[in-house]
Amino acid sequence: MMENMKLIADHLVYEYNKGTNQTVRALDDVSFVIHPGEFLGLIGHTGSGKSTLVQHLNALLRPDGGTIYYDGADVFEKSYDRKALRGKVGLVFQYPEHQLFEETVFKEVCFGPNNMGLDIKEVEQRAYAAIARVGLTEECLDQSPFDLSGGQKRRVAIASVLAMQPEILVLDEPTAGLDPKGRDELLSMIMDLRETEGISIVLVSHSMEDVAEYVDRIIVMDKGKILYDDTPKVVFAHAKELEAIGLSAPQVTYILQDLKSAGLDVDTTGITLAEARNTILEALHWKG
Amino acid sequence: MGIIHINKVTYEYIRRDEENNVEGITTAVDGVSLAVEPGEFIAILGHNGSGKSTLAKHINAILYPSEGSVVVDGMDTKDEDALLKIRQTAGMVFQNPDNQIIGQIVEEDVGFGPENMGVPTKEIWERVEESLKAVGMYEYRSYSPNKLSGGQKQRVSIASVIAMHPKCIILDEPTAMLDPMGRREVIRAVRALNDVEKITMILITHYMEEVIYADRVFVMDKGKVAMSGTPKEIFSRVSELRELRLDVPQVTELAYELKRAGVPLPDGILTREELTEALKKIRMMGQ
Ligand SMILES: Nc1ncnc2c1ncn2[C@@H]1O[C@H](COP(=O)(O)OP(=O)(O)OP(=O)(O)O)[C@@H](O)[C@H]1O
Ligand SMILES: Nc1ncnc2c1ncn2[C@@H]1O[C@H](COP(=O)(O)OP(=O)(O)O)[C@@H](O)[C@H]1O
Ligand SMILES: [Mg+2]
Ligand SMILES: [Mg+2]
Repeated sequence: MMENMKLIADHLVYEYNKGTNQTVRALDDVSFVIHPGEFLGLIGHTGSGKSTLVQHLNALLRPDGGTIYYDGADVFEKSYDRKALRGKVGLVFQYPEHQLFEETVFKEVCFGPNNMGLDIKEVEQRAYAAIARVGLTEECLDQSPFDLSGGQKRRVAIASVLAMQPEILVLDEPTAGLDPKGRDELLSMIMDLRETEGISIVLVSHSMEDVAEYVDRIIVMDKGKILYDDTPKVVFAHAKELEAIGLSAPQVTYILQDLKSAGLDVDTTGITLAEARNTILEALHWKG
Repeated sequence: MGIIHINKVTYEYIRRDEENNVEGITTAVDGVSLAVEPGEFIAILGHNGSGKSTLAKHINAILYPSEGSVVVDGMDTKDEDALLKIRQTAGMVFQNPDNQIIGQIVEEDVGFGPENMGVPTKEIWERVEESLKAVGMYEYRSYSPNKLSGGQKQRVSIASVIAMHPKCIILDEPTAMLDPMGRREVIRAVRALNDVEKITMILITHYMEEVIYADRVFVMDKGKVAMSGTPKEIFSRVSELRELRLDVPQVTELAYELKRAGVPLPDGILTREELTEALKKIRMMGQ
């Protein structure tokens, strides 16, 4: 049973501005499990605690209550090697482009693996592979990351985490600001990483459509607590409840509800484009 | 008489080495001409790096064209004496809700602009009130900005721009960092200001469904305008858009897929209502 659990978040509590009258409880008794090879979506309104939560997964933040187990070991034990953990749980920050600092794209992507103490050849190989994987061209290598467009910077930041070859890849709103093709490319790249390398993915996203399309399981955060932890179909069946906390169902789900009200016999549990298409064709008795 | 005239504008970012020798040139905007009428709602789409932000920064004189000219409400942006007036006429809202608000409380932030313009105190308060009401944030006037959601912060940023009584607002991906409700709130505010106050809106976004209410859409590719037209015209050209790394709203895509399966739907369906109506008709014909 335990070996089927890569990471366990156990009753996490976290507060900002402790000991002042401005204390914010950003995480309030949060527990869940990440299985090997799983694609997990994390959604919630702005300020619900998503970014705070993901910074616990690689021990960047220390909880005020509860703990994290990685491969069965408590990562907040004194002797635990948290530096090594940061290579295994690769965190792509929200707006990671704000944290770029090297002179060139290539140096930027080498930074992480370099820090892990790998030899220079290995570091450079990983950097080239990661840069190619995120779809940046060779021309970018010697450019300053600061001279790139917003979307290009994002890719550099993701490449620099991928170069550490993590076992769990955590991405905090990675598609914000990417063009539609860039969103699709990034998400397919992540799917592909999971399939070929078997790594687990945690995707924080504000796109209900993307989450519906790609993830196996969704965790919904509301004011520091977990509201739902279930399959996308079950979670998005709660459209009303999601709206009440600043979220929504995917657009196609609303279309199916409209069609149902208009008397078309469609299945309103559809959450992806393909599901919507198929149930509409069936309802119309369309022989394609 | 247009409010914004962009005439054959080219902009080059020039990279230099330590000795100040030119190392490389990026032509971010390449011979773009476009004119915007007062009260129009314009949307600009385009892949990452296509030059949207660079073009937008020309409109309120953050950047000046390497070639060509930009005229805002009759003022050439290269005319230094007109700089303040230009920035007042064309205000800008950026992507990140957290680094645009400088005031400790909401109404103070909205008051900064008019105060800097030398507006009399009594009128500042009137402007703060009307601006916050226009974006539905008046109830939050005495809040500290860090107590607001992302969508609320962006609406305060818009109010701060409105308080300067601009004729035009340029919004560079104002919803990119927001949750679904925040996105809806911001787009609703943009549409209302355009409808009611007739403020010219220029919206840059990567969310296709946000542009269906625009009067005209421009699609940029490698520094040039590759397509322009009404949302219906633009979103009828699905495969061309995809070649330009863009997409269509999910409703349009569903209609497109149904059509490919043989359902006789028209091109360029943009809303849930249109799709429902069209499918109802088709079903009646089938019976
Ligand atoms: N400060 C800068 N210095 C040098 N080159 C730049 C600078 N800013 C942008 N560029 C380059 O200019 C081109 C256009 O960039 P711009 O930021 O205008 O694109 P954009 O369409 O706004 O992209 P995005 O959708 O990613 O925001 C890109 O090739 C980019 O790398
Ligand atoms: N550095 C910080 N200092 C104080 N409060 C913070 C800080 N970061 C986040 N918070 C607060 O913690 C809560 C959760 O925020 P966050 O984890 O950023 O949410 P999300 O990522 O879901 O938008 C919010 O109330 C937010 O204002
Ligand atoms: Mg966050
Ligand atoms: Mg931009």
